[in-house]
Amino acid sequence: MEGSIAEMGKFIGVGLTAIGMGGAAIGVGNIAGNFLSGALRNPSAAPGQTAMLFIGIAFAEALGIFSFLVALLLMFAV
Amino acid sequence: MAETAATGPGMPQLDISTFPNQIFWLVVTLVVLYFVMSRVALPRVAAVLADRRGVITSDIATAEEFKHKAQAAEEAYHKALAEARAEAGRIVEAAKAEMQEELDAQMAKADAEIAARTAESERRIQEIRDSAMDMVSEVSKDATKDILELFGAKADARSVNAAVAARLKGGA
Amino acid sequence: MADNNGGLAIRPMDQFEVKALFGGDVSWYTPTNVTLWMALTVLAASALMIYGARGRALVPSRAQSAAEMTYGFIYKMVEDVAGKDAVRFFPHIFTLFMFVFFANILGLVPFAFTTTSHIAVTAVLALTVFFSVTALGFILHGTKFLGLFWISSAPLALRPVLALIELISYCVRPVSHSIRLAGAMMAGHAVAKVFAGFTAAMGAAFFLPILAVTALYALELLVAVIQAYVFTILTCVYLKDALHPSH
Repeated sequence: MEGSIAEMGKFIGVGLTAIGMGGAAIGVGNIAGNFLSGALRNPSAAPGQTAMLFIGIAFAEALGIFSFLVALLLMFAV
Repeated sequence: MAETAATGPGMPQLDISTFPNQIFWLVVTLVVLYFVMSRVALPRVAAVLADRRGVITSDIATAEEFKHKAQAAEEAYHKALAEARAEAGRIVEAAKAEMQEELDAQMAKADAEIAARTAESERRIQEIRDSAMDMVSEVSKDATKDILELFGAKADARSVNAAVAARLKGGA
Repeated sequence: MADNNGGLAIRPMDQFEVKALFGGDVSWYTPTNVTLWMALTVLAASALMIYGARGRALVPSRAQSAAEMTYGFIYKMVEDVAGKDAVRFFPHIFTLFMFVFFANILGLVPFAFTTTSHIAVTAVLALTVFFSVTALGFILHGTKFLGLFWISSAPLALRPVLALIELISYCVRPVSHSIRLAGAMMAGHAVAKVFAGFTAAMGAAFFLPILAVTALYALELLVAVIQAYVFTILTCVYLKDALHPSH
């Protein structure tokens, strides 16, 4: 495999940005888990808060998608 | 970047040359979709939903009314039933009293009749007994006179009668 | 660049290319696959909301029921999240939802082109929401709308700092709003394409990537719906900020 140092660095960078998505996964899992434990404590209040659950998941997930985007940009556009 | 866009496998999303096209068609689509939705689709669905809500509300009101009517009818029925029961009880009471009265009257009448009959029979028994007594004294007198004549003695009617009466009185 | 000198001939990004339908260059008015799939989006939305609900029956058919549930779902979302006075913007939000929803779903059809995977498209959607909501806030509340950034419950010394942070987060909204949708769509399709490309390369174990793609497809269906939902609900949240800027 031939290639430049710059290209190698690019791939390493893409791999590193992928870690960011793991962080988003932890965040989403945290939100969902906490929602579930709260919903089990007070099931009657849970249906009213699903919108908040999805908003929270969306915000947490957005940051993971940013890192994915950085990875894509590194792979294809730089 | 310009080089990648020109030569191939970059990100098509970053190919600025296609942006005007996408944005133009997006705006067209959104405008069309907005007018289709807000002018045609949504009013229809809203009308159907409003109709249904109206029908359901009126149906519930009708059902409520029927329920009230049914309750009123049930109450009236119970009231009528109670009245009929009371009426029946009263009629039974009255009939009982009337029957008792009649029974008492009949009993009294029967008692009176029985008493009258008893008295009559007693009187007749007495009569029969008296006549029997008379016959007995007559027969005794005749028999005594005949016996005396057989013995050849002249029977004095008065003394025979007195003697027979005395014997009968003593014997009886 | 990245993959034309590698061993695998997988080009996961090719599916996102904008091509003219009848050949030739792509100028701003050329009918492209963007045009085709956006038109199909409009058709699908109309099919559900007009053709599906055509019976106008008191006891709805299945399609009519689906149309009514979609209507009720978005209506309730607008009412719950953005407030009762936001109901006058319900048609706008409903249009937005229908577009994103059907674009996402139709993008899952094999060989389809996903219009919402393009940042140009989602950025226009998000910027439209951003500018109209901001303009609405200023029209309704004038300069009081800036109270959104001036948090009066915080200590006075902190307020300028917080105002700066709030302002930045407010201005970043369209970025996250658009990139979330485009990124989620792009990621799923690209990953599906990569896995599909493994099928030929894996030889005897070809069924593994197929199973993976199947599972991924189910996930993508979920993501398509959730992203449409999230896009709409965030629009409602922004709208609520414009209608009621005081926290």
